[in-house]
Amino acid sequence: MLSKRIIPCLDVKEGRVVKGIQFVDIRDAGDPVELAKVYDEQGADELVFLDISASHEGKKTMIDVVRSVASELAIPFTVGGGIRTLEDIKETLRNGADKVSLNSSAVQRPELITEGADYFGSQCIVVAIDARYDEPSDNWVVYTHGGRTPTEWSLTDWAQEAVRRGAGEILLTSMNKDGEKTGFDLPMLEAVQSVVSVPVIASGGAGSSEHFYDVFTKVDADAALAASIFHYKETSVGNVKRYLKDKGVPIR
Amino acid sequence: MIGVIDYGMGNLFSVSKALERLNIEYKIGDRPDQLHGCDGYILPGVGAFPDAMKALAEHQFIGFIHQKVEEGVPLYGICLGMQLLFESSEEGGWTDGLGIFPGTIRRFSGIDENGRAYKVPHMGWNQMNIRRPEKELLTDVENEYVYFVHSYAAVTEDEDILYATADYHSDVPAIVGRDHVVASQFHPEKSGRAGMQLLENFCRMMCRQ
Repeated sequence: MLSKRIIPCLDVKEGRVVKGIQFVDIRDAGDPVELAKVYDEQGADELVFLDISASHEGKKTMIDVVRSVASELAIPFTVGGGIRTLEDIKETLRNGADKVSLNSSAVQRPELITEGADYFGSQCIVVAIDARYDEPSDNWVVYTHGGRTPTEWSLTDWAQEAVRRGAGEILLTSMNKDGEKTGFDLPMLEAVQSVVSVPVIASGGAGSSEHFYDVFTKVDADAALAASIFHYKETSVGNVKRYLKDKGVPIR
Repeated sequence: MIGVIDYGMGNLFSVSKALERLNIEYKIGDRPDQLHGCDGYILPGVGAFPDAMKALAEHQFIGFIHQKVEEGVPLYGICLGMQLLFESSEEGGWTDGLGIFPGTIRRFSGIDENGRAYKVPHMGWNQMNIRRPEKELLTDVENEYVYFVHSYAAVTEDEDILYATADYHSDVPAIVGRDHVVASQFHPEKSGRAGMQLLENFCRMMCRQ
C-alpha cells in the first residue's frame, strides 16, 4: 500500500529560501540545500520548491539550486514557479528535479501540460491549482498569479481538463484556508478527488497533526503539503509522521 | 568503473550524483565505443517504452547490452531501464524489449479485483516485500519504503526473478534479477537509504566479479 506523503514546501527567491525559516542548528537558514537536508532527515517524503524570483537572474539561480538539491538528496522533489515553456520544463528536469509544477502558465496555455507530459510522461507534470470558494455561484473558482487573478474556470472543470491534458498529479491549494491553520479544505479536496483519477496533494490550512490525520482519513488525499508549521517549528515532519503512524495511517 | 548508458532518455544527473555520493567511479557514454571495458553498467530510463527501444537502437546499444550480459558483466536497469529488460511491452502498441527477463510490461488496469477504481500512475512511497533476502543485492536492505512512479508494470510467470515486490492492487515487481543482471522499478537514487544501499550493493557485486 502506498504511504501517505508529507511534503514541506520551500519558497525560494533569487536562490534563497524566504519566509524566515527558524532552525537553529544549521549554518545558513536561507540555504535551500541545507534546509532540504534538514527536512530529509526529519523524514519528508518529498519536497516542493517554489521559485518566486522576479528577475531573470533569479530564474537562473534556481537551476543551480535544483542541481545542488539533486546532488545531495535521495528523495524526490518538485519545482514550480515561473515555468512557462517546454524548454523551462526540460531545463528543470534535466538538472535533476523529478517533477515540475505548472500553475498560471498552464491556465494561460493548457497545451503546455500536454507538451510536458508527451515529452517526459505525466508523472513529471504536476498541475498546481489555487482555488477560492465563491458564494454566489456556490462553487470554487480557479485563480492564477499567486491568487491575484480570478479565471473563468471552475475548480472541478479545470482539474479534469488538466488531467485530460496529461497532468500526473494535482497540487490543490485552498485560498480560503491558506495561512489560517484551521485544517485543510476537506470539501474542496473531496470535490476534486471525486472527479480526477490522479494523486491529489492537499495544501493550505495545516496547523496541527490532527489536520493531516483528517485530510488522509476523511478525504483520502494522497499527500499533504505545508510550509509555515514546519518552517516555524510549530511541529516537525517527524512528529506529524509519528502521530499518523500511531493512528494507523500508512506512513513511511 | 560503472558505465552509465546514455541513450537520451534518463535522469542521468540524479543517478550520477548518487554514485558520486557513494564514491563510485562512473562514466557516461552515448555510444558503445565510449563504454567498453567497464566493470558494470547502469541502464536508466524515463519515458515511453517504444521511444526508448528506438533510442537504444539508434545509439547502437542493443547488441552491446546483449554482449555484455552474455559476457557476465553486471547490469542494473532502473525504472524504464528495468522494463526494457523484459520481452515486450504493450505501451504504445506492442513493442519488443531486450528479452533478458521472461515476461511482459502491462499497464495498470486501474480497476481492482472488486471492480473499484484505483489511481494510475502508482506514485509514491511503497513498502517492499523482499522475497529473496539471500541475494547479494539485498544485503542490509529490509522491507523498506521506496519511491515508485510508473503506469506500466512487469508481469512474469517466473517467480525466481522476483527479488522483491510491492503491493499496489496486485504484486508489483519492485526488484528483479537473475545472476548478474538486476533491476528495480523504482529509482534507487530517489528512494532514500534503501535505494542508496542497493546501488552500493550493486557496486560490491560488480567489484567482486
